[in-house]
Amino acid sequence: MNVFQLSYKNLFRRKVRTLFTIIGITLSTWVLVTLLGFNKGYENSLNDNIEGMGFQIVLTAKGCPYEAATLMLKGGTGLRYMPEEMVADVASRKEVAQATAQLMHVEFDPNKGENGGSVVYLGIDPTTFAEMKPYLEFTQGKWFEQQTGNVVVLGYEAAELEQREVGDLMLLSGSEAEYEVVGVLKRTGTQDDGMIFLPLQTAQKAFNKQNELTMLGIRLNKDVNQTAFEEELYKLPDVQVVSMAQVKNTIMGLVSSAKVIVLSIAFIAFIIAMFGVLNTVLMSVFERYQEIGILKSMGAMPKDIFKMILIETTILCSAGGLLGIGFSYLFSGISEVAIRYFLPFAPNGKLILIDSQIALFAFVSITLIGIVGGMYPAWRASKVRPLDSIRSE
Amino acid sequence: MKSIISVKNLTKIYERGSEKIHAVDGVNLEINQGDIVSVIGESGSGKTTLVNLIGCLDNPTSGELYLDGQQIFAQGVELSESKLTRIRSEFFGYVFQKFFLIPTLTVKENILLPSIFQSKVKTSEKELDEIMTLLGILKRKNHLPSELSGGEMQRVAIARALVGKPKILIADEPTGNLDSKRSQEIKDLLIKLNKEFGITIIMVTHSPELAKIGNRMIEIKDGKIS
Ligand SMILES: Nc1ncnc2c1ncn2[C@@H]1O[C@H](COP(=O)(O)OP(=O)(O)OP(=O)(O)O)[C@@H](O)[C@H]1O
Ligand SMILES: [Mg+2]
Repeated sequence: MNVFQLSYKNLFRRKVRTLFTIIGITLSTWVLVTLLGFNKGYENSLNDNIEGMGFQIVLTAKGCPYEAATLMLKGGTGLRYMPEEMVADVASRKEVAQATAQLMHVEFDPNKGENGGSVVYLGIDPTTFAEMKPYLEFTQGKWFEQQTGNVVVLGYEAAELEQREVGDLMLLSGSEAEYEVVGVLKRTGTQDDGMIFLPLQTAQKAFNKQNELTMLGIRLNKDVNQTAFEEELYKLPDVQVVSMAQVKNTIMGLVSSAKVIVLSIAFIAFIIAMFGVLNTVLMSVFERYQEIGILKSMGAMPKDIFKMILIETTILCSAGGLLGIGFSYLFSGISEVAIRYFLPFAPNGKLILIDSQIALFAFVSITLIGIVGGMYPAWRASKVRPLDSIRSE
Repeated sequence: MKSIISVKNLTKIYERGSEKIHAVDGVNLEINQGDIVSVIGESGSGKTTLVNLIGCLDNPTSGELYLDGQQIFAQGVELSESKLTRIRSEFFGYVFQKFFLIPTLTVKENILLPSIFQSKVKTSEKELDEIMTLLGILKRKNHLPSELSGGEMQRVAIARALVGKPKILIADEPTGNLDSKRSQEIKDLLIKLNKEFGITIIMVTHSPELAKIGNRMIEIKDGKIS
């Protein structure tokens, strides 16, 4: 027998109360871990999405910057166009290591999904595009090599949706011609999964956008001053220069206010948990006044009693904490769906990233919170005198 | 016989509003090692207050207390809770009218409780069995208090008071909650403890039956020995 066993057994005296307290702590921890995981996951996914684009700077026709940002990440509507000659001029500048021109086209397909949906086509230059996105891999086939011709490469999800494999023929919505599928990409977790890629010139012809482009992705030479180069680009008429760092900051700015709310909720959940613990433990101390007095008559020092109560609290909190962390792992999928539903913009990839660091942080904080909540009851208990129990009959 | 407890002019005054209650009023008393002292008196006469003072469960208002020649309470000195705790575990075991067993612990665990807090108390399994045999609760070793009769519970409480090997057993109405048959058992047990271990017993009782076992009988009236 030791103090730990004594504390542990005390918790079984009021099983229901103990259970409810643990549930409270579990819920708080669950909220905290999920929200912290979201904070991390969101930023990571956004970074991955932006890095996955392969560009540092994107040139688009003038429009709203938020639109430009979402357009690049999600594929948007309201596309604007830039003349091909100007794009060629930028691409040939000495600061540019690599550039790839694209024509995006969005078509509403009434047969997609339940209520129809948009299909995003991307006309690309196969050589430069493939070089800037070397990480794109194929489940079947490979990139088309020609700059023209009725060939397409399907993103992973696009291929699933269209039910096409390499060698199959398919129609583009809004056009009569048939296109041959020459490649299907592996899943990347980015916007590329939903795209249908076709040669740039084919796209220009098919969508009737001769000599027009929606975007130029640029990667700069190693030691080029990016800001200075962007300044140069600003001089061009009717184009918008978007640096990826900027896009990221814009989006992070949009979500940062949401983050503050989210963390406040987590904080409040914790405070509630703390008072829950305080209340439970204080009640159990009051109920055991006599018993504690008797323990004191048997030689228990104030510090022994203090320790006993704090151990009870710690057991409650660590049990709840562990359960909460377990739940967050287990149900992160469901939480993710819920978060996506409420969020105006969510990048592809894992939105909730719970790693050992977050788990450890949550465990330590809930335990500390519990200990803080247990301090007062423990102090009260340590002050009980043997006489109090003998007299309180 | 060697004096183990020496009480000089011990006084405890409770203040209830403007009224002063002399619960214990200038008591002088010598108790020798191996004595069984029965404390009797009317309800409210101050018996519990007196034995609590002797048992260091409470600080007196004034007066002196010596245990084994060592001065515990002196004029105007109030002892800290932890100092009192140390003295209590050095000298005393307590038995009360209520048993105060911890319901979630087995008989054995309840008896071993003092060993959690007093490092000097190291009870071997054999010693524990001996105590339990002596008190007739060996078969109940792994039972919970709720499964015991009142008499058995009181015997567990006595066993718990004994594991610290106290020199003095303070028993405040130990049979107050028991019927006459169980009271008889406890009475026999107290006699046996006194004979076998030479343990000094101070007990408060309303039962003339039990009071008879004392080699000394003290009657308290209005806080004084009469
Ligand atoms: N904490 C207290 N505050 C005020 N008065 C008290 C307190 N404890 C005891 N008293 C009073 O002191 C007197 C002696 O009480 P005590 O409990 O010692 O009597 P007792 O002889 O043990 O009585 P009983 O036989 O009923 O147990 C009583 O008048 C009681 O009301
Ligand atoms: Mg009394």
